Amino acid sequence: MPVMSYIQAVTAALKEEMQRDEKVFILGEDVGKKGGVFRATDGLYDEFGEARVLDTPLAESAIAGVGIGAAMYGMRPVAEMQFADFIMPAVNQIISEAAKMRYRSNNDWNVPMTIRAPYGGGVHGALYHSQSIEAVFANQPGLKIVMPSTPYDVKGLLKASIRDNDPVLFLEHKRAYRLLKGEVPEDDYVLPIGKADVKREGSDITVITYGLCVHFALQAAEKLAEEGIDAHILDLRTVYPLDKEAIIEAAQKTGKVLLVTEDNKEGSIIGEVAAIVAENCLFDLDAPIKRLAGPDVPSMPYAPTMEKYFMMNPDKVEKAMRELAEF
Amino acid sequence: MASEKINMPQLGESVTEGTISSWLVQVGDKVNKYDPIAEVLTDKVNAEVPSSFTGTIKELVAEEGQTIAVGDLMCYIDTEDSAGDATQPTNKETVEASKETTEQPNQDQSMKKRYSPAVLRLAQENDIDLDQVTGSGQKGRITRKDIENYLSNGKPKTTSSNQEVSSKPSQAQAEPVVEKATSSAPVSDMQQGDIEIPVTGVRKAIAQNMVRSKQEIPHAWMTVEVDVTDLVTYRNQIKDDFKKKEGFSLTFFAFFVKAVAQALKEYPQLNSMWAGDKIIQKKAINLSIAVAKDEELFVPVIKNADEKSIKGIAKDITELAGKARKGKLTGDDMKGGTFTVNNTGSFGSISSMGVINHPQAAILQVESIVKRPVIVDNMFAARDMVNLSLSLDHRVLDGLVCGNFLSYLKKTLENMNEKTMSIY
Repeated sequence: MPVMSYIQAVTAALKEEMQRDEKVFILGEDVGKKGGVFRATDGLYDEFGEARVLDTPLAESAIAGVGIGAAMYGMRPVAEMQFADFIMPAVNQIISEAAKMRYRSNNDWNVPMTIRAPYGGGVHGALYHSQSIEAVFANQPGLKIVMPSTPYDVKGLLKASIRDNDPVLFLEHKRAYRLLKGEVPEDDYVLPIGKADVKREGSDITVITYGLCVHFALQAAEKLAEEGIDAHILDLRTVYPLDKEAIIEAAQKTGKVLLVTEDNKEGSIIGEVAAIVAENCLFDLDAPIKRLAGPDVPSMPYAPTMEKYFMMNPDKVEKAMRELAEF
Repeated sequence: MASEKINMPQLGESVTEGTISSWLVQVGDKVNKYDPIAEVLTDKVNAEVPSSFTGTIKELVAEEGQTIAVGDLMCYIDTEDSAGDATQPTNKETVEASKETTEQPNQDQSMKKRYSPAVLRLAQENDIDLDQVTGSGQKGRITRKDIENYLSNGKPKTTSSNQEVSSKPSQAQAEPVVEKATSSAPVSDMQQGDIEIPVTGVRKAIAQNMVRSKQEIPHAWMTVEVDVTDLVTYRNQIKDDFKKKEGFSLTFFAFFVKAVAQALKEYPQLNSMWAGDKIIQKKAINLSIAVAKDEELFVPVIKNADEKSIKGIAKDITELAGKARKGKLTGDDMKGGTFTVNNTGSFGSISSMGVINHPQAAILQVESIVKRPVIVDNMFAARDMVNLSLSLDHRVLDGLVCGNFLSYLKKTLENMNEKTMSIY
């Protein structure tokens, strides 16, 4: 099985889906000739031509809007937001149009569109290149938000998102692009959207997280295993709608729950996860539900020391895990 | 002279590693701060890595062509600046200091009795005495895992947990057992035509209280026989007048309640309750009386019975019994009892063994008044006789004080007649 980086898995999924279904096309800023600023669409312009890999103007609202129109007409667009930070001009299109189209038209119309966007910090990107935007979209029924943590999950979930008949926001951690490598099968496989995945079995504490933080939690868990602390790690994979069953099961397993996100703490995805655990698991809980998240400040700072302070890392996760285990 | 490290810098967004394409310096070269020392190739850019210090290159750790992660060591450089010397040892000290503090044995047990919902549930489901479990959590807290380990290692089996608890006379421990005894022990031998009656409300409360009393309180019993011929004569003489005048009946029971209140004043030991590590002797004499209604049993309270006349007591009894039958008793009516007088005689009973009304220390059963041939002064005489049966909490009371109480009561009742007393 070939080893791929996270971003190579993105490219592989796009390529395979474009080969498989000619209705699939890509649109976004610099996705064509340049192959994307992160090289996610590298080689696709040459293989599929300018009609299927569209370079667009710097107008995110238009990228989303064109995608929605094409999707309603039967195409399967994959729109790229160059950085998740730039998605804000397209929020109206995504929330008020894409997410609600099926409901508004009484099932006559639907929007089988995927919007890809690189999110997250730790790459010295500061305000406009580091934001986590999932919470902005995470209370919009009709929209799904997928945030994979491994190259294997990237390929399976991106293919599933493209084949999904409703809009999917597919968020890729930009620091994971070249940091994470893993085995990815060459064959055609899809992973279910809406299903969380146990990334590590354990009995002492439960860590529930998503995206790059899964990787931090796994690293911390390996260290803690040497001290005899056995962590159970659940990767949400889809952060909206949440896989409640899996969350409840994971929380019940150990009764000590740590929730991790890189996003600002208040109003984040993990707050909702905490509510699900609190509602369903009172008599299994052995410790207060713990949240580990970014501070509530407006943006990822530019100064490296300050960025390090803001950013999640394996040490922070390890410390929180140990504290919970010792409670 | 201090030796400093130069690490692979962050060379752009999403870049996590770089390949050293060539070193621009050699060991022994003098470099100034910001001088380029190596060329690095990443996915996105080719860049020169500047030196972070002024000094002499000491050792090239990474080789040309090698890919190393951002933040990993590239080379060592000797600097003239000695500031580094001072900082390093300080760091070490703090690390060691923090190590010491974490290794200190934790004697604080303040969390030992803070139970999480999971621990409480498991303890209840598996009938675990949490005092027997050692906590491995912070400040001695018992964790869910401690309970799971305790269970899987086979907890010390108690042959009968009920027995064990009843031998330990403490309220707190008896509670869960009571719940168990009334809720479990299923006898599901239903035959055709049998009626199943769900246990709810008052019935359930009665069941729980009775189980608790019987399991927790070591009961002992005593009965005396009292000659109440004079009392009967006196009461029969005035009862019709009384009814006419006052509008309610003058029952025998009112006399007994009055006599008990007097006797308790004399022997306050019986007017007390068990409280684990102490006995509380109550000042107020509030007498609970049992009133039955259909399937239900209430014990309303005659407050400060020692301060009331027979008429006052009779009035209270009439009112409370009336309220009970109409279902109008309030919580206040039933609160604060310190001793119970039970009018079993009203059913014609001549002997019974009452269950103490928890947490009181005793209950007196006033049995039926029966005309019987009795030998008085070596002659048979027809006398009105009544049995008084006392159940006592043997933790609180002994035979002597109860015997004295009963004989005082007997004397009081046998001397009740028109000359010695007034009902007002």
